[in-house]
Amino acid sequence: MIPVPAFLIASIVLGVLALACIGRAVIGPTMPDRAVAMDTVNTLVVGMLVSLGAAFNAVIYIDVAIIYALLAFVSTLFIARHLEATA
Amino acid sequence: MMIVVLSLLGIGMLFETLGVVGLYRFPDVYTRMHGATKCTSFGSIFICLGAIAYGILLAVEGQSVLAVLSLHVLVALLFLLVTNPVGAHAIARAAHRSGVKPKLAVVDRLEEAGK
Repeated sequence: MIPVPAFLIASIVLGVLALACIGRAVIGPTMPDRAVAMDTVNTLVVGMLVSLGAAFNAVIYIDVAIIYALLAFVSTLFIARHLEATA
Repeated sequence: MMIVVLSLLGIGMLFETLGVVGLYRFPDVYTRMHGATKCTSFGSIFICLGAIAYGILLAVEGQSVLAVLSLHVLVALLFLLVTNPVGAHAIARAAHRSGVKPKLAVVDRLEEAGK
C-alpha cells in the first residue's frame, strides 16, 4: 500500500538516534546530563514503538508505547527526586 | 493523501534528528535539555500525527475497522504531551538544586530567589 516502507525506515532511524543518545549518557560530565540523555531515549523509544505499530498495522505496539511512556515518566520523577536528595 | 502521511513523518524525523544533534552540541545541561526535550517532543507529536493520518487512511480504504490504530496513537500522544514537560521540569529543578550551575548565563534568578 505504501510504495516504500516509510514507517519501518523511520523506526530504524529512531533506533539509531536512541543509540546516539546513549553516547551522551556515557560521556556526560554530570549526573543531570545522563538523566536528560535517558529521558530523550525514552521519548525516542515511544516514537519508535508508534511507528513500528503503524508499519506492521498492529495495535499492541501502541499499547506498549502508552505503558512505556507512563513508566518512563515515573522513573524520571524518581531519578529527579534522588538527584535532589543527594545534593 | 499518502503525501500527507509522508510529509508529517518527514517533519517529525527532521526534528528528532535536530534534538539529538543539540544534545551533543550544546555547552551545559540546561541548554542540552532545552534542545533535546523541546525538539523530541515536537518530533514525536508529528510522528504520532503521521500515524493517526495513516490509520484514518487505512480505515477509509477498508483495511481496518473504526480506525483503532488512530485512537490508540491519540491516547499515546496525550500521555506523551502530559508527561514529557513535567519530567524535564523535574530534572531541571533537581539539577539546579544539586549544584550544577548554568555555564554561560549572565543572570540566574532562581539562585537569587533561593537566598
